Amino acid sequence: MTSTTMNAAGTAPVFFDNGDHHPQRGTLLGFWLYLMSDCLLFAVLFGTYAVLGHSYAAGPSGADLFELPVVATNTALLLFSSITYGFAMIAMQHGKKQHVLAWLAVTGLLGLGFLSLELNEFAHLIHEGAGPQRSAFLSSFFTLVGTHGLHVTFGCVWLVTLMLQVRKLGLTRENKRRLVCLSMFWHFLDVVWIGVFTFVYLMGVLQ
Amino acid sequence: MSQSHAMSHGAGHDHHDDHGDHDDIGYHATVKGYVVGFILSVVLTAIPFWLVGAKVLPSAHLTALVILGFAAVQMVVHMIYFLHLNAKVEGGWSLLALVFTAALVVIMLAGSIWVMYHLNANMMPMADPQVMRNMP
Repeated sequence: MTSTTMNAAGTAPVFFDNGDHHPQRGTLLGFWLYLMSDCLLFAVLFGTYAVLGHSYAAGPSGADLFELPVVATNTALLLFSSITYGFAMIAMQHGKKQHVLAWLAVTGLLGLGFLSLELNEFAHLIHEGAGPQRSAFLSSFFTLVGTHGLHVTFGCVWLVTLMLQVRKLGLTRENKRRLVCLSMFWHFLDVVWIGVFTFVYLMGVLQ
Repeated sequence: MSQSHAMSHGAGHDHHDDHGDHDDIGYHATVKGYVVGFILSVVLTAIPFWLVGAKVLPSAHLTALVILGFAAVQMVVHMIYFLHLNAKVEGGWSLLALVFTAALVVIMLAGSIWVMYHLNANMMPMADPQVMRNMP
């Protein structure tokens, strides 16, 4: 390339590629690919639960342990947090910084509500002697639901970080890109939760 | 926002904003889309909870199949209305990645459950240890 652009007189070479032609939304595609790999991680945990979910080791089963009202509340919290995050994205499109911050705050509070309910449930189970070491069923249950909860925790940390960034720097192009990434993460966790409440909780209560 | 706008347009960066919509990061959410998705999700969540809580259907197996169906539909609803997925996002690469992931997940889950189910069924303790000893 260099040799072809260098002219005979030996003056400075001219580069026609100034590096501007990188993929425009490469970050978003990359983040989507990360989510797909995360999807595989959850699939492995779901597979483990599917195999071990009936190995109670003469211990309690899902029908003995799960309380549907708590699960329904958790599901509602996550669902509401999905739509409030959506409203934050719409406010972002209109460039309303204060509205974005307000909706993000609501989303974060709903996420924290979900986490506190889940931690409360875990503490209750462990207190009753149904901890992760009780049976293969409970080990796989705690791993699957705990991994989802860990994702929500990191989502909340990310959300607070972005709120500070938006407050300090405003709705810059970079911050908007980050907000879109977090929106994909947040909605993806909601999709995983559909699998959790259906496959683990509802089908656990059925048996 | 207006500040960063002004900056990217001025300051002699000729090529800075050449890629079509400068302020647009490929995200077109609408209130209507979110509300429709939300209502569909609430309905698709409420019905399985009702089916299980009120024991509407005669058998547990049938209920399990039906609520798995509802979960699958709700996942698609979330993908379309919340994750804004369609065949055009990222020139189709997002959808392609999703299809590939879904294929892997189905193969892995179906295979694991199938194999482990048969393994479990064949590992049932036999009544007579003598029979087991004489097996090939």
